[in-house]
Amino acid sequence: MPELPLRLEARAEPSRWMPYLSPLLAVMLMLLAGVLVFWALGKDPAEGFRLFFLNPVKDAYGVSELLLKATPLMLCATGLAIGFRANVWNIGAEGQFILGAVGATGVALYFQGSESRLLLPAMVVGGALAGAAWASIPAFLKTRFNANEILVSLMLVYVAQLLVSWLVFGPWKDPDGFNFPQTRMFDDAALLPILVDGTRLNQSLLIALAVLIAGYVFMYRSYTGFKMRVAGEAADAARYAGFSANRMVWIGLLCGGGAAGLAGMAEVAGPMGQLTDKVSLGYGFAAIIVAFVGRLNPLGILFASLLMALLFLGGEQVQQYMNLPSSISMVFQGMLLFFLLGADVFINYRLVIGRRGA
Amino acid sequence: MTTTRPERPPGGEVPARLELRGVSKIYPGVIANQDVDLRVSAGEIHAVLGENGAGKSTLMKIIYGVTRPSTGVMRWEGREVVVRNPAEARTLGIGMVFQHFSLFETLTVVENIALAMPGKPALGPLSQRIDDVSTRYGLPVDPRRHVHALSVGERQRVEIIRCLLQNPRLLIMDEPTSVLTPQAVRTLFLTLEKLSDEGCSILYISHKLDEIKALCHSATVLRAGKVTGHCRPADETPESMASLMIGKALPVCQHGAPAKRGEVRLRIAGLSHACDDPFGTDLKDLHLDVHAGEIVGIAGVSGNGQQELLRALSGEEPIAEKHPIQICGVEAGRMTPDRRRRLGMTFVPEERLGRGAVPNMSLADNAILTAARSQRLVARGFIGFERALAFARACIGGFNVKCGGPDAAAKSLSGGNLQKFIMGREILQQPRLLVCAQPTWGVDVGAAAFIRQRLIDLRDQGCAVLVISEELDELFEISDRLAVIAKGRLSPVRAAADTSIEDIGVWMSGLWPGASTGTGGAATDARGVRHA
Repeated sequence: MPELPLRLEARAEPSRWMPYLSPLLAVMLMLLAGVLVFWALGKDPAEGFRLFFLNPVKDAYGVSELLLKATPLMLCATGLAIGFRANVWNIGAEGQFILGAVGATGVALYFQGSESRLLLPAMVVGGALAGAAWASIPAFLKTRFNANEILVSLMLVYVAQLLVSWLVFGPWKDPDGFNFPQTRMFDDAALLPILVDGTRLNQSLLIALAVLIAGYVFMYRSYTGFKMRVAGEAADAARYAGFSANRMVWIGLLCGGGAAGLAGMAEVAGPMGQLTDKVSLGYGFAAIIVAFVGRLNPLGILFASLLMALLFLGGEQVQQYMNLPSSISMVFQGMLLFFLLGADVFINYRLVIGRRGA
Repeated sequence: MTTTRPERPPGGEVPARLELRGVSKIYPGVIANQDVDLRVSAGEIHAVLGENGAGKSTLMKIIYGVTRPSTGVMRWEGREVVVRNPAEARTLGIGMVFQHFSLFETLTVVENIALAMPGKPALGPLSQRIDDVSTRYGLPVDPRRHVHALSVGERQRVEIIRCLLQNPRLLIMDEPTSVLTPQAVRTLFLTLEKLSDEGCSILYISHKLDEIKALCHSATVLRAGKVTGHCRPADETPESMASLMIGKALPVCQHGAPAKRGEVRLRIAGLSHACDDPFGTDLKDLHLDVHAGEIVGIAGVSGNGQQELLRALSGEEPIAEKHPIQICGVEAGRMTPDRRRRLGMTFVPEERLGRGAVPNMSLADNAILTAARSQRLVARGFIGFERALAFARACIGGFNVKCGGPDAAAKSLSGGNLQKFIMGREILQQPRLLVCAQPTWGVDVGAAAFIRQRLIDLRDQGCAVLVISEELDELFEISDRLAVIAKGRLSPVRAAADTSIEDIGVWMSGLWPGASTGTGGAATDARGVRHA
């Protein structure tokens, strides 16, 4: 059989630069493949590129929308990264996000009419606790019965979606809402203050940035973060050192759930102003891609969440102006993850031109 | 160059079984072999001597087709050959027993061996052949067991059997005897000598110089990738070979009289533990005291309960009751490893990469792994990186660890250097009790002598030291008292001076005075001895 004059050769040691180059390479390949997608759909690739990647950020309002979209991604991805580093695979941030929205909404509806300054902080706590509580189910089942946390956390996403549907179709439905599946609009005291007048950008961005910094400190400076890194790198070494594997599972899932819950709170107390059955646009799932594109590093996650937010906004633009289906955003998200995983091969391997032994 | 042999005249004398000419292997940044010549005749047992990192393993991998040389020529029975992979090497008639095992953990012994055989051998008859070979060569192993449940020593036996089944004409053995009883080593040597008489050549890599002297016809010495000399081991002493190998005289351990024995630091009082793994070894009613200021050695063929005992002592697998393990007077049977460390115990495990150290983390991070509390590397939940770097530097400096500094990843170190680092990390914490497994496994002679000396120094400072090792010479060199573990039972403890390698060798089969049920349980190991 003829051999291709290309082969992968294991590197003597992992490349120093590829872990950082590979996300950039993946973005470039995604753009290239995107041009091909536009071309194959019979659209002008140059126009598609402009609409998708430049139009959303052509003015200050566009940038504010980008930051607004990036906020929940940042929050979810930071929480997930903490668990992923310890090989705790929480795939259910989407469900924890929804529960966060439900928890915050519960607080807002219970204290309806209140003008207390403590209402928003209470909603923040309520959202984070509800998200963490939802994540504690897979944590409990994992540590008690060794149930796979990937499956449990993923399946709970669908339970969460049905739960929120029941709430907005049933007990929490707005009595004056013409039977739409949504709650009352929140009072002003239950809405996050706007950061820049004339935009929808609110203080949740500050919360997200604070979480990013806290995440960085936790991962790279704290002893617990160190233990989680060890657990992710070498389970036997963690046992030898005496780090409890169960504690890693709990911390990983509670951090992920709490951060996703915060993101859910920010969504209902921010741009939405109420709870509906379409509270999440897939932020929890997209955040998994953000976490990996960002190399599980808070600074990387900052950039990756902006990129992913651009994919959301660009997708809306081409739907609007080029009559492309709404799934176009998902296609780009999928391509990004696909190319990232592909490019990651070159961390440990290099491409060699020429036949083996030639 | 050191080659003195004249060019073989065409059609003249019998060509060598294997001949290497000017072989070099250059990795990015490292020259593993440089211009190596090697000649092995039919039926010759040829030793390759050298310290860790001298390039022995790389050279063997080139011969076996695992790696390709950068330059140089290999001739097999006079014919120039290019060995592209191990399958081609086996077709030529080359077999290899690796130092690091190449077995699939999820498969059984017989399945693993079948994978290395040409075609698809039926497993039933193959099991029978394995049983035959293992009986004949004193290498007891059950063909139906899964490899993941085997100890290091048992895995090595599987590797040896796998090679012998293929009737090789050149057998490469990389440190083959480190896990055998002295009697079994003798059996193996009889086997190797028989193979040699039958015309099979053997390339024998070992750091045990007395073994090389007893077994090998000729030797090639490597240092830093280059051939530095040839010798006839029979004409040399272990000391003279060692100085050829390391370029200077062999360091000797200073083993003074045992210091005054202090209080009991480790008491094992009736430790019994049923192993979760069906192929593991259950511990049965173990009793042992280790006092301050003494080194107690536990000998035994691997797979007789050492792993289980070590995990019970370290706390990686806590036992059901508190009282059978007492550390510095505290009943610690159910404590986690870090709580035991707080009582003053440190622990060196058998595996270095992945257990004793995290491969991808720096040495400074690996210092935090066990020394966080005792060296105060963590304050208020945050890591003090300066302190961690300083402690890692102390380990590197105090134990002559060759590495790129405290930021070097653990996996970038050679096995011997990583072992020195781990020993340093555990010893420099000034433990009250040190439990140490295989302190010098695969470590070169110079470093091994250094590590043993540090263990003796630690004893002289009043620390209690428990060493579990499969190297009898080492145990006799450093231990004040000795016991043997066989089939999960512990023999009586004897003063090292009052016993001999012969006695301990017999005990390693479970046959110690007063062993009630040891004879039946240790039948498989006794088999190895009967053939001696």
